[in-house]
Amino acid sequence: MKEKGYLLLENGVFFEGVRVGSTQDMTGEVVFNTSMTGYQEILTDPSYADQIIVFCYPLIGNYGINDVDGESEIHALSGAVFGEACDIPSHYESQSSLVDYLNKYNISGLVNIDTRALVKIIRKEGTMRGKIVSSIHEQVAKPFFTHKQHTLVEEVSVKSSVYFEGGSPHIVIVDYGYKKSIRTSLQAEGCRVTVVPYSSSYEWISSLNPDGVLFSNGPGNPEELSYYYPTIKKLSESYPCLGICLGHQLLALSHGASTTKLHYGHRGGNHPVKNLKTNKVYITSQNHGYEVMESSLVHTSFTATHLNVNDRTVEGMVHTRLPVLGVQFHPEAHAGPSDTSFILKEFIQLVKENAHAAS
Amino acid sequence: MPLREDLKTVLVLGSGPIKIGQAAEFDYSGTQACLALKEEGIKVILVNSNPATIMTDPIMADEVYIEPMDVHTVTKIIEKEAPDGILPTLGGQTALNLLINLKEAGVLDRYSVEVLGTSVANIKRGEDRDLFRDLMIEIDEPIPQSTRIHKFEEAFEFAEAIGFPLIIRPAYTLGGEGGGIARNKEELADVVRSGLNASPISQVLLEESILGWKEVEYEVIRDANDTCTIVCNMENLDPVGVHTGDSIVVAPSQTLSDRQYQKLRDASIKVIRSLNIVGGCNIQFGLDPYSDEYKVIEVNPRVSRSSALASKATGFPIARIATKCAIGYHLDEIENPITERTFAAFEPALDYIVVKMPRFPFDKFTNGDRSLNTQMKATGEVMAMDRTFEGACNKAIRSLELNQFSLTSENYHHLLNDQLQQLVAHPTDERLFLIAEAMNRGYSIEFLHEITHIDPWFLQKIETIVRLENSVKGSGVLSVAQLWELKRANISDQWISTSLNMTLEEFRNMRKMTGVYPGYKQVDTCAGEFEVVTPYYYSTWTGSDEVPYEKEEKALVLGSGPIRIGQGIEFDYCSVHATQALRANGVKTIVMNNNPETVSTDYSIADRLYFEPLAVEDVLSVIEKEKVSQVFIQFGGQTAINLANELSEYGVKIAGTSVNTIASMEDRNLFYQTLKKLGLPAIEGAFAYSIEEMKRITTNLSYPLIVRPSYVIGGESMHILRSEEDLASYIEQLQVSSDRVWPMILDEYKDGKEYELDAVSDGENVIIPGIFEHIERAGVHSGDSTTIFPPISVTHEEKRQMVEITEKISKDQGIVGIINIQFVIQNGTVYALEVNPRASRTVPILSKVTGMPVIEWAVQVQLGTPLSDLHHELGLLEEPNFFSVKAPAFSNGKLGGVDHFLGPEMKSTGENLGLAYTEAEAMGKAVSMLLPTEGGLLCSFSSIDRTDRLHSLTAFVERGVTLYGTPGTADYIEGLGLPIQRVTRNVSEVETLIEQGFIQMVYCTPTKGRDKMRLGYHVRALATKYGLPCFTHIDQLALTQLEPEVPDYEVHSLQHYHQFNVKAVIK
Repeated sequence: MKEKGYLLLENGVFFEGVRVGSTQDMTGEVVFNTSMTGYQEILTDPSYADQIIVFCYPLIGNYGINDVDGESEIHALSGAVFGEACDIPSHYESQSSLVDYLNKYNISGLVNIDTRALVKIIRKEGTMRGKIVSSIHEQVAKPFFTHKQHTLVEEVSVKSSVYFEGGSPHIVIVDYGYKKSIRTSLQAEGCRVTVVPYSSSYEWISSLNPDGVLFSNGPGNPEELSYYYPTIKKLSESYPCLGICLGHQLLALSHGASTTKLHYGHRGGNHPVKNLKTNKVYITSQNHGYEVMESSLVHTSFTATHLNVNDRTVEGMVHTRLPVLGVQFHPEAHAGPSDTSFILKEFIQLVKENAHAAS
Repeated sequence: MPLREDLKTVLVLGSGPIKIGQAAEFDYSGTQACLALKEEGIKVILVNSNPATIMTDPIMADEVYIEPMDVHTVTKIIEKEAPDGILPTLGGQTALNLLINLKEAGVLDRYSVEVLGTSVANIKRGEDRDLFRDLMIEIDEPIPQSTRIHKFEEAFEFAEAIGFPLIIRPAYTLGGEGGGIARNKEELADVVRSGLNASPISQVLLEESILGWKEVEYEVIRDANDTCTIVCNMENLDPVGVHTGDSIVVAPSQTLSDRQYQKLRDASIKVIRSLNIVGGCNIQFGLDPYSDEYKVIEVNPRVSRSSALASKATGFPIARIATKCAIGYHLDEIENPITERTFAAFEPALDYIVVKMPRFPFDKFTNGDRSLNTQMKATGEVMAMDRTFEGACNKAIRSLELNQFSLTSENYHHLLNDQLQQLVAHPTDERLFLIAEAMNRGYSIEFLHEITHIDPWFLQKIETIVRLENSVKGSGVLSVAQLWELKRANISDQWISTSLNMTLEEFRNMRKMTGVYPGYKQVDTCAGEFEVVTPYYYSTWTGSDEVPYEKEEKALVLGSGPIRIGQGIEFDYCSVHATQALRANGVKTIVMNNNPETVSTDYSIADRLYFEPLAVEDVLSVIEKEKVSQVFIQFGGQTAINLANELSEYGVKIAGTSVNTIASMEDRNLFYQTLKKLGLPAIEGAFAYSIEEMKRITTNLSYPLIVRPSYVIGGESMHILRSEEDLASYIEQLQVSSDRVWPMILDEYKDGKEYELDAVSDGENVIIPGIFEHIERAGVHSGDSTTIFPPISVTHEEKRQMVEITEKISKDQGIVGIINIQFVIQNGTVYALEVNPRASRTVPILSKVTGMPVIEWAVQVQLGTPLSDLHHELGLLEEPNFFSVKAPAFSNGKLGGVDHFLGPEMKSTGENLGLAYTEAEAMGKAVSMLLPTEGGLLCSFSSIDRTDRLHSLTAFVERGVTLYGTPGTADYIEGLGLPIQRVTRNVSEVETLIEQGFIQMVYCTPTKGRDKMRLGYHVRALATKYGLPCFTHIDQLALTQLEPEVPDYEVHSLQHYHQFNVKAVIK
C-alpha cells in the first residue's frame, strides 16, 4: 500500500521515501525551512510557488490542519518533503490530518526522508531544482527540469481587485502572492484594505485613493518583474509605502538598487535581525531566496535600517526623504515570532501622519 | 555594549550539596560561569560547600572557597576578597536565598558589591508568590485565580465565582498538610475545614485548578539592551499536576500550533522584561487543551535544571551566555560557540526530538511514597535524542538503567484491571510502563487520555511502541523491512533478541549482516542551516551517518548516567578529569553519557561526545563505529564498571585493571579467597541459599553478624544480628518475604572504626594520597558517614597495615588505575571490608584537598606510564596540615515514607566539606548545623546505645538545654544523674511538644526492628516534617560536643591551603 517515491536532485543525488498526498510527479526548486511549528502556514504561503519545501524538523503534522491558519487558498508549492507526516493529529482545532490535507489538495509529498542529510546537500551546494517522482528508472533518459518562473507571480496574484471593509486609513496591497496575515494585521489595526493584482497600473491604484501602499511578499526572482519598476517607483513617490519580502526587493530595484540570489536562502522563524539605530535584535520570520545588495543602496536614496546578524545581509531599509520603507522579513509572522509586529503599526502611523500633513 | 571594564573581581555563588530539586545542573552552570568570567580576565572568587563538583576545582576559579554557604561565612569572604560584583543566578535556589540574606543583612551595601544580572528586588518579585502575583496582574498576564480566606463561608463564594475543581493550600503548614483538591461542594467543605484547622493562622489559599492542562516551559535569555531570545521550549508529557522535574519532558513542544507557540513565546518575553532580568529565565505555563487560554504557573529568575536540559537539548550554552550578558555583553556580540559563525542572538532550531525522563530513588527507597505531585522526588534525569519520538523515548528508557529494555514489562501483569486503572490515573514513577500494560490489555487511547489527561499524540506514540514490541514477539523471523521499522522506533536489540530467543550477540550479528546500522547525527543549534564543527552527536535509525570516521587511535570514557542515590556528581568529576587527562596525553577521547545536567555532557569536554544510553548495545555501536581502541570504565561509577564484563566478551579492550580482577573484587567469595591467599585478615562469612543453610552457617560464625539479601526488599536490606535471638526473629520475618532475598550473605560484623582510602596503582607500586576516617563505626554506609581527613584516631601501625594491604592486593591482582578500599579496625586488626576497582566518592575531595592529580595519575598508568615517573613519592603521601571533614546532606522532607536514620543503606544525596586547621572547626563547618543553646533536645536511644557515652549529653544541660526523653531513654539518662523530662509513647503528644516550640533538635537512634510501628520511626519522621536537626547514630555524639555559638572561624581558599601546606613545604 505504501508507495515508494523519490526525490531526485539536479546534482544526481536521490532520496528514497514513501509517497504521501498526490502521486503526481512534480518539479521545483528544493528549499528548506527550519521552523519547528507552523507547517500549515508554510504550506499555504504563495511565496513557495514552484518550490519543493523540505521541513528540517522531522515530525510534521502533529496538531493537524485547522480552519484558521491557512495563509491563502492557493497551494502554490510544488511539493513537500518530511521526516514523518503525522496521520493521527491531536489538537482541539484540528479539522483534518496533514496526510488527508495533502491528498485533498493534490500536493505531492514524500515521507521517511532523512531531511537533515538533504538539507546539508542544499546548504553546501546551494538551492537546486529537484523532482518528486515514483520511479527513478524512467527519469534517467528524460531531460531534466522545466523552468516556468516567469509566470510565478501571475499564478498566485489576485486576478482582480478585492476590497476588505474596515476603517481608516485605506491601504492598497499590491499582491505578488500575499499572505493573509499581512491583510489581517492591517485590518486588526483598523485599516480598510484593497488587494490589487500585481500588474495594476499607477492610475488604477491612484483611483482607489489609498492612504498607503503595501508591496507584498511573493515567489521568485524580483528581477522578473522589471517591467513594473516604474509603476512601483511612482507609487512610492506618491504614497507612504511598505515593502515586505519580495515587495521590499522590488522597492529597492525600482529605485536603482540591485538584488542577488542567496546561496540557499533564509527560510524559518529564527532569523536574528538587528536594528542599526538601537542595536536591538529581533527574531524574525523569513522566507526569501534573494537579497538586496547593501553596496547597491548607494545608488538610491535608501539607507539600510536592519541587518541580518548572521550574514550581514540587508533586512530593512528606509528612504531618506520619502515615507517609504522595506523589510526583508515578515513582520506579520505566521508562521514565526511576532517580535516585529510594530513595523506594521509604525507604517500605519506613518500613513496617518502623512494623511494628516496632506490635509 | 561590550565587556564592562569596571568589574575586576566577581564572586560566584555555588549551590551547595546535591539535594532533590538541586542536582548536578548547577555544577554545570557554575562551571560555565567561572570559565566565561575567567576568559575575560576577571578574577573569579567561588564559594561552594560541595566538594564533589567540578566547579570547585582549583583551576576553575582564582580563589575557591569550600566553605559553608551562609551569610556569616560569605561576609568574611567578601571582606577578604572585596569583589566588585556577585553572580547569584547560576547557583540555584541556594544561591538566590543566600543573596537575599546577604542583601537583607546589609552586607552587599556595606562592601559595595554589585549584584550582576538581575537585581535583588526583581529576584524577589520572581520568587515571592504574592509579589509575583501582583506583577502578573500589573502586566496583564493570566495566572490561576486565587484568594486567601479565613472563614469557611468565603470558600463557597469563591467557588461560586470560579467553579470547580479548586486547590486548597493552608497557610504555614509543612508539606502542604491539610490541603487538597475539591471537585464539588462536599469536598470543598471537608478540605477547607481541615485546612483552616491545620493552619496556625487559620488561613487557606483557594486556587483555581488547572490540573490536566498541558504544561509548557520556555527558556528565555535577555541582555541589557532588551534583546530577548527563546533558547528552547519544552512540553511535559505529564500534564499540570506533576512537578516538571518529575515529568517526562519533550523538546521542542509537539502538540502546540504555531499560534499557541508564539502566544506563549510573547508572554515569556513580556515576563522576562517585566522582571528586568539580564541573563537566563525559565517560565512555566499551563495551556488549556481545549482553547488557547493559558496561565503563567511559575518563573525562575535564574538558570535552572530546565536550562541545563535546554542547553544540552539545543547545544546552546545558556549559563555561559547568561554570564556574558551579566558582565555587559549584548547577545549579538557573543559568538555562538557551536557554530562559531553565528551569534548568541538567535533561536536554536532543532531537527530532532529530545525526551527527558526523571530518575527516581524508589529502587533504594522501596518504602517511599511513589505518587508524583508538585513536590519533586527525582534525584536525576536522562536525556535522549532521536528523529522520532519513539526512538528518543526508547533510548531514554534504556538510559535510566532500570534494567528495562522495553515499555512492556512483566512487573505489572499481576495487577487486576481495577488496580491498573487506579494506578494509571494517579501519576507515579511507573506510569509510563503501566500505560503500556493497559494498552496491552486493550484499553483505548481515548479512555487512557480521559483518566491521565496525557495528550493523545503522546499516547498514540506509546501505542506505536507497544505495537512494535508485540510484533516481534510472535514472529519467528523478521524481514529486513520489519527490522528497519523496529529500529526506526529504536526498539532495543535486547528486546528483539529476547523475543526471537536469540542471544544479544547472535541478533546483533544478524542485524549487522543485513546492513541495519544506526546513523549518527550532529547537534548544531541550527537544524543543518550552517556548517558546524562541534563534535556533539546522537544516534538514529532514520538516516545516514554524517559523522566522519577518523583513522586514529581513540579512547572511550564511559560516564555515569543519571544522578541517583549512591552514584552522584563525583563520578562526573572523575569522568571529566579522565577525559581531560587522556586528551592532555594526546589521546583522541570520546565520551558517552546521557545525563543532561552534567559537565561531562558539555560538547567542549571530549574530542567527541555521544549523547547515548549506556546500555551494552548502544555502547557497542559507538565502539564499532569509531573503532575505539580501549575503553576506560573506572571513572563512571558502577554504571561503567557493570559494562566491563560484557564489553570484554565482545572483544573490547578495557583499559587498566582486568575484567577478571574486577570480578574477583566484586564477588564476595573470590575476594575472601584473595585475602586468605595473601595472608591478610579477612572477615568470615558465607552465602546462604535457604533458612536451613543460614542456621547451619551461623553456628560457625561469631556474633554480631551482618546479613545482606541479594535483593533489597522493603528498604531493609541489611541487618545487624547481635544474638541467636535476633537471628530467630529475623528468620521469622523472612518467612513472609519473597524468594528474591536468596542467596543471603552473612558476614561477621566488626564493630570497629571504619576507614577508607583511594589509591593509584600501576601493578607494581601504589600511591595513596590519603586515608579518611569515618566518625561512625562500621555499619553506616560510607556515603552517609561523616569522615575526616587526615584520620585522627589511627595508629602508625594501623596505617602501615592499611598501606600494606593496599599494596599486596594491588600487586597480586594487577590493579592498574584507581582503587578504593574500605577498612574496619577492631582491636588493632585491620580488615579490608570491601574493594572497589574504580574511582570513588572520595576521589574529588582527596584530589582537591591534597592538590594531587589522582585521576590524571590513574589514566596515565593505564596508558602505561609507571607511577615512579609520575610522582617523586610512592606509598602513603604526606598528610596536609589542615583538616577536611565531609558530612552527608539528605533530602529529608522531599520523600514521604522514608526513614532517614544512618544505616548500611545509603540515603544521602549530597555532601558538604569543611576545611580548617583544627578538627573541631572543620567539623563545625561541615556539619554547619547550629546546636541549640536553649529549648529542648528530644532523646530516644535504642537499648544498645544506652551506655556511659550518653554522659556527653551533659554539655547540652550545661548550655541550658532541656532534655526530653522517651520512656526507656529517660529512665537510663536519669540513672546517669542528668535531668530529663519524660514524654509518653503517644506520637501526637510528641508532635504537640514540637509544635509548641519546646523541641529544637532530635537525637533518635534506630532499634533493630526499624518498622513503622515503632516510636523511633515516628519521632524521626516528625523531625523531618518540622525541619529539626536529627542525629540518628550514637557516634555522632562527637559532633554534638562542638561549640554551639557561631564560631569565629577563619575562611581560606583552597589555593591558600595548598600554598601554606607547611608540612609539605618543609619536606
